[in-house]
Amino acid sequence: MQNNFDDIIDKLDNNQLWDFPGGVFPAERKTLSNQTPIGNSPIPERLYVTTKQHIGVEGHLVVEVGQKVLKGQALTKSMNPFAVPIHAPTSGEIVAIQKHVSAHPSGLPEMTVEIRSDQQDKWIQLNPLVDYQNQPKMQVLAAICDAGISGMGGAGFPTHIKSSPKKDVDFLIINGIECEPYITSDDRLMREHAWQIRQGIDVLCHLLKPKHVLIGIENNKPEAIEAMQVACRENPNYRVCSIPTKYPAGGEKQLIQVLTNREVPAKGLPVDVGVIMHNVGTCFAIADAIFSGKPLIERVVTVTGEAVEKPGNVWAMIGSPVAHLLAHREYKKTAQSQPNVIMGGPMMGFSVISDLVPVVKTTNCILAPTDNEIAGNNEQACIRCSACADVCPASLLPQQLFWHAKAKELDKTQDYNLFDCIECGACAYVCPSEIPLVHYYRIAKSDIRIEQEEKQKSDKARDRFEKREIRLIAEQHARDEKHRLAAEARKLAMASNGNNSKDKIAAALARAKAKKQATNSLDDKQIEPVEIDAANKAEQTVKTEKSDTTTKAASSNQRVQAAIARAKAKKVAAEAGKEKEISQLELKDKVEVVTVEENKPEEKQLDTDDKVDTPPPVKTQVSTQTTISNETPAVAAPQNIEPTKADVKQAKIAAAVAKAKAKRQAQKIIDNKDRSNQPSPVNVDNTKTDSQVELAKTEEQQIEMKKRRIATAVAKAKAKKAAEKKMSKEDKPS
Amino acid sequence: MSLGFAILTALLAIGLLALIFGLVLGFAAVKFKVESDPLVEQIDQILPQTQCGQCGFPGCKPYAQSIADGDEINKCPPGGDATIKKLADLMGVEAKSLDSAHGVEEIKKVAYIREDECIGCTKCIQACPVDAILGAAKQMHTVITDECTGCDLCVDPCPVDCIDMLPLANSASSWRWDINAIPIKQIS
Repeated sequence: MQNNFDDIIDKLDNNQLWDFPGGVFPAERKTLSNQTPIGNSPIPERLYVTTKQHIGVEGHLVVEVGQKVLKGQALTKSMNPFAVPIHAPTSGEIVAIQKHVSAHPSGLPEMTVEIRSDQQDKWIQLNPLVDYQNQPKMQVLAAICDAGISGMGGAGFPTHIKSSPKKDVDFLIINGIECEPYITSDDRLMREHAWQIRQGIDVLCHLLKPKHVLIGIENNKPEAIEAMQVACRENPNYRVCSIPTKYPAGGEKQLIQVLTNREVPAKGLPVDVGVIMHNVGTCFAIADAIFSGKPLIERVVTVTGEAVEKPGNVWAMIGSPVAHLLAHREYKKTAQSQPNVIMGGPMMGFSVISDLVPVVKTTNCILAPTDNEIAGNNEQACIRCSACADVCPASLLPQQLFWHAKAKELDKTQDYNLFDCIECGACAYVCPSEIPLVHYYRIAKSDIRIEQEEKQKSDKARDRFEKREIRLIAEQHARDEKHRLAAEARKLAMASNGNNSKDKIAAALARAKAKKQATNSLDDKQIEPVEIDAANKAEQTVKTEKSDTTTKAASSNQRVQAAIARAKAKKVAAEAGKEKEISQLELKDKVEVVTVEENKPEEKQLDTDDKVDTPPPVKTQVSTQTTISNETPAVAAPQNIEPTKADVKQAKIAAAVAKAKAKRQAQKIIDNKDRSNQPSPVNVDNTKTDSQVELAKTEEQQIEMKKRRIATAVAKAKAKKAAEKKMSKEDKPS
Repeated sequence: MSLGFAILTALLAIGLLALIFGLVLGFAAVKFKVESDPLVEQIDQILPQTQCGQCGFPGCKPYAQSIADGDEINKCPPGGDATIKKLADLMGVEAKSLDSAHGVEEIKKVAYIREDECIGCTKCIQACPVDAILGAAKQMHTVITDECTGCDLCVDPCPVDCIDMLPLANSASSWRWDINAIPIKQIS
């Protein structure tokens, strides 16, 4: 397995180190820039602070255009563990928040806060974390996160996440290797600020509790080694290691291998082998954040290359455009056949596409080489010399990777472990055919990533499509079921309605028959029916049930009854006139409110009519009236519902309309009644006295009035119900 | 006698072995039976799942079934040549160029609803095969860009033509490196 901790310490005590495979020795060219102290650059007029300068997600913007900001004021807020805020590098006004060319090989525009500096450089109130050793770890981590610190060595991984591992840490390794040619920013930082770097290491030790701290510095920086040794002298747990100069010893995995002989597994993290690595620049920034409360708003940038008159290191504000730094260091455009500025080192950096590209937190070098420093692009065929395989620090087979990457055989490149390539560029450096191998790998890597993303997306689309299909089928089933039930209900209703209509027809036939008989019987006995009717009525008004018995009695002892009735007739007739008034109204109420029961008394009455054989003319009127009154709400209902469907607001209007309609309906009914009643009163007139006719008329009028009122009430209720239904329907999403 | 016996023994031995192996194979055929046709699944994995129906089938799965049944592999414009190549590898047939009768390969697009013009008719919602459109009757609709497959099916049903197919924005994370080398030259 991995190397034992004690063995590693023993070996380090004997000043022995391990080695990593491969590696190259390019011209260092560090003396160009490491001879002078870190200089200050004037405050640029405009600063372009990219909102996302690290691996993860961008923070949430908390400023707006036109706002005045102070130096160190937060521009974004961290809403997500992987979000790191950015800060105003100087005081000034925000003039724009828009997309601006980014410090990325593609140069694609990304969201950027543009600040016009007021040259005052006025700090915001700073809040250092006092006595951090007695603060909870979370608070220290929060302070590091709020200071916007992400790894300053290369990738820009959020420091607060790297500093809160879930595993035990054997070694905290501080990376001061800086193996790429030309770059000297870490070198100068260690020479001049070793003490503060040590303070940053102290903070990290408090957070990580490592067993041992190793500070790796290449042996081509003796001044830096000495400075760090002096700074770390009092703590025996800190060990400054001088590492043989070889590119790419500064790679995370390579440095771990050199110092501990542990290999980080593929797709694994250093913490998997008990190691955490931080850059010296990050340690400096942590110390700044904890002890003085300063956020990460400036960093050391090496401005170098032979096309620069005064190469050296400068404190550059994050967001300074490349042009500003180059102008400060007197960049000679004429030294280059075509303008070429590289951000980063010559091995791993990229050409910027515009001189307005801003410095970001990971920018360590701006290189302006002359033509003879940089090779042209004259790629030739691969001769299979395998020189690249000899120098690969990750022990890959670059020629095979190149072969498959060029042929777009992406699965084969993965078989050759493309993703273990650290893109150090050693293979391209030694290639006699000058093949830009790393670029092929980068293209292949991005192709694979995009393919994986597309695969993920298509899987999601398939999932959604299938879920939708299932849902649609389920909905169709539900609809079919609903339709089937509705159809059954309709059939049932039709069947029962059919009976009803039959009943009605039968009833109508019976009525017609009764009428005919009545006219016949009227011819026979002119006085009798009235008297019988009066008697019946009198009885019925007391109780309908009683009326049954009385009518039965009447049918059996018709003649006897008739005789008695004749005697009583005159007396009863007078009483009946009054009582009928009340009782019929009562009957009406019942009939109209409880619609179902309407048929029963009607039928009963019809029964009695049949049995008596002498149907009272008034009763026929009653039955016709009841049937009509049955119809009135039914007729009014559909007319009412339709307009009320329109709107909730319109409900009231609809109700008004319905009222009007009901009124009209009622009037129509009266008209009809008048017409239809005309013959029967005429018939009755023969037998009835004038007072009776008058009584009947007043009765009718009262009934009409009542009916009208009830119809309007029913219409109103219906309108209200419809409106409510409409409301509830609208509440539900369709 | 001995020869006949030897032949008989051999026949019996071979017959017995054949019976045993037959039983083993028969048992395996029942025990390890593969329920569905794995080929259709494999083809479906390769297809881009835009569900656009440009192949003439109602979705990617039916086309996958059809390919498994011997249909042409070059009917998928969204997948393009990459998909055809993969299908050819899988099916062991020769890769053809895309059948232009079904459309041409285009850059990836997503639907975009001009929201102030949307009348909320829900017709596009019904057309979307992956439920990537959000909205309700008489309410403004919008497209969930991350879920949109760019299938184009929502454009036609829109009664007010307020849906555009816009190319996907290129971002730094989806950017592909180009060959633009900056290697250092060894200077003595």
